[in-house]
Amino acid sequence: MSDIVPVNPVAMTVFIAFFLLVTVVGFFAARWKRGDLTQLHEWGLGGRQFGTVISWFLVGGDFYTAYTVIAVPALVYSVGAYGFFALPYTIIVYPFVFAVMPKLWKVAHAKNHITAADYVHGEYGGKWFPAAVAVTGIVATMPYIALQLVGMQVVIKGLGVSGELPLIVAFVILALYTYTSGLRAPAMIAFVKDIMIYIVVIAAVWLIPSKLGGYAHVFDAADQFFKAKGGPTGIILKPTQFTAYASLALGSALAAFMYPHTMTAVLSSSSAATVRKNAIFLPAYTLLLGLIALLGYMAIAAGIKVHSASDVVPALFGQLFPSWFVGFAAAAIAISALVPAAIMSIGAANLFTRNLWPLMARDITPEKEAKTAKLVSLVVKFGALLFIVFLPTQYAIDLQLLGGVWILQIFPAIVFSLYTRRLNTPGLFLGWLAGIVLGTGMAIAQGLKPVFALHLGGATYPLYIGLIALALNIVVSFVVSMVTPRRAPVPQAT
Amino acid sequence: MKTSEETKHSWLWLVLLIPYVALLWLPFYNDTRPSFAGFPFFYWYQFLWVPLTSLIIYIVYRGVK
Repeated sequence: MSDIVPVNPVAMTVFIAFFLLVTVVGFFAARWKRGDLTQLHEWGLGGRQFGTVISWFLVGGDFYTAYTVIAVPALVYSVGAYGFFALPYTIIVYPFVFAVMPKLWKVAHAKNHITAADYVHGEYGGKWFPAAVAVTGIVATMPYIALQLVGMQVVIKGLGVSGELPLIVAFVILALYTYTSGLRAPAMIAFVKDIMIYIVVIAAVWLIPSKLGGYAHVFDAADQFFKAKGGPTGIILKPTQFTAYASLALGSALAAFMYPHTMTAVLSSSSAATVRKNAIFLPAYTLLLGLIALLGYMAIAAGIKVHSASDVVPALFGQLFPSWFVGFAAAAIAISALVPAAIMSIGAANLFTRNLWPLMARDITPEKEAKTAKLVSLVVKFGALLFIVFLPTQYAIDLQLLGGVWILQIFPAIVFSLYTRRLNTPGLFLGWLAGIVLGTGMAIAQGLKPVFALHLGGATYPLYIGLIALALNIVVSFVVSMVTPRRAPVPQAT
Repeated sequence: MKTSEETKHSWLWLVLLIPYVALLWLPFYNDTRPSFAGFPFFYWYQFLWVPLTSLIIYIVYRGVK
């Protein structure tokens, strides 16, 4: 089967109609819950006033991205059960969110922190370590934004449109309404996006198996397919994959809310109780993600053959759905790229403005701050766009992998600082550095694969590199903090 | 360090660790049987832990409020 499909006018019309709808919503959002958008906490955190329902849509829309919708089924299609680690990952993340993030929200609210690096600055003072935390966040986020573009590119290609122009148009529109409306734009669009994705996935998991002879048959077909394929694939794991699967799930879960976009979404909640309640209700999206992952097996059962595994979802929908629904599904996935891309660029812009810009500028007024953040959000998005247009997609995928390893290294500074006063800047800074160096070195030594085979007492345990690096980071942070003077007490807000 | 209110319920927070044990110890569920509604055990077990985790968090939420 060729990868190039003819343009279907019905699918294309539906796609464009929904895209126009969210564009209008994006610009209209500036007026929603009206605030003074010349202030950074209004532009960049939506005024910290999103209640449980809005936060649920916002975090859901932000955390479960278009790239997820494309990449998770692609991995499941290629290797089977191993690709499912996204499911335990997005389950065990919530007890963590419930226990930790409300504490962070409280401190951030009391001290008007907008970023994770603000929090580190508030706890430890200084400017270089907060700057390192900010750089980590920005660098980890950039390739993530680029991958949202990849997700969008895949669905646009699935509609039969080649070339980069549609992508550029979509991104320019996104950049403009993010500039004018700030976090309110993705918050409002998230409603549209999440509802559309729920409709698509429920329809898909309802209709596709009935066309393919039921779930038992779908799993059988996948089982046969992997038995023929051989290697470390299959509908259950090989015992040698256990530690890799578990450590990827745990490491990803610990990293997930260290990213600037998830942090931004959490801090924009109206209260700590909002964050708590959302930890209860957000797993609904995880069910959705699990079902999305199963699309990989459905593609196998439907006999879909693609050159690049990332095309399986559009190819599956194109084969089994009427054209209007193909357009609707494509729009849902493309809009799923817009929401996180907007929030990621806002999160990165907040970090730059709050934690890097003060190193080089004086006399920062709140107005200048918001103005700079808006401009940086544009720069960040165009950077990601240039990246995708001019460099191979694989670079973005590799960098996003490294980004996950790097962002995990701010975990001790953010999370442990909420619970202990034993850590100090030299310890955390050296721990962070050790983690980044070890993690990057291991990832490069493995040819940019996320897993490293650790030899312990004669046995081999493949483990997620980010987690190994975090372990070193934690040890260094505590040991160095013990042997250096304790930090001066910072008055705690109550 | 902790307020008395927090200490009173501190055991309840440990309940939050259950999903980690249930999902990170693969020998618990890396099997095709028993299957349920066409889903091999590996899949429905993990899906089942989605509502169970919500429930666990809800219990802690009620308990520590």
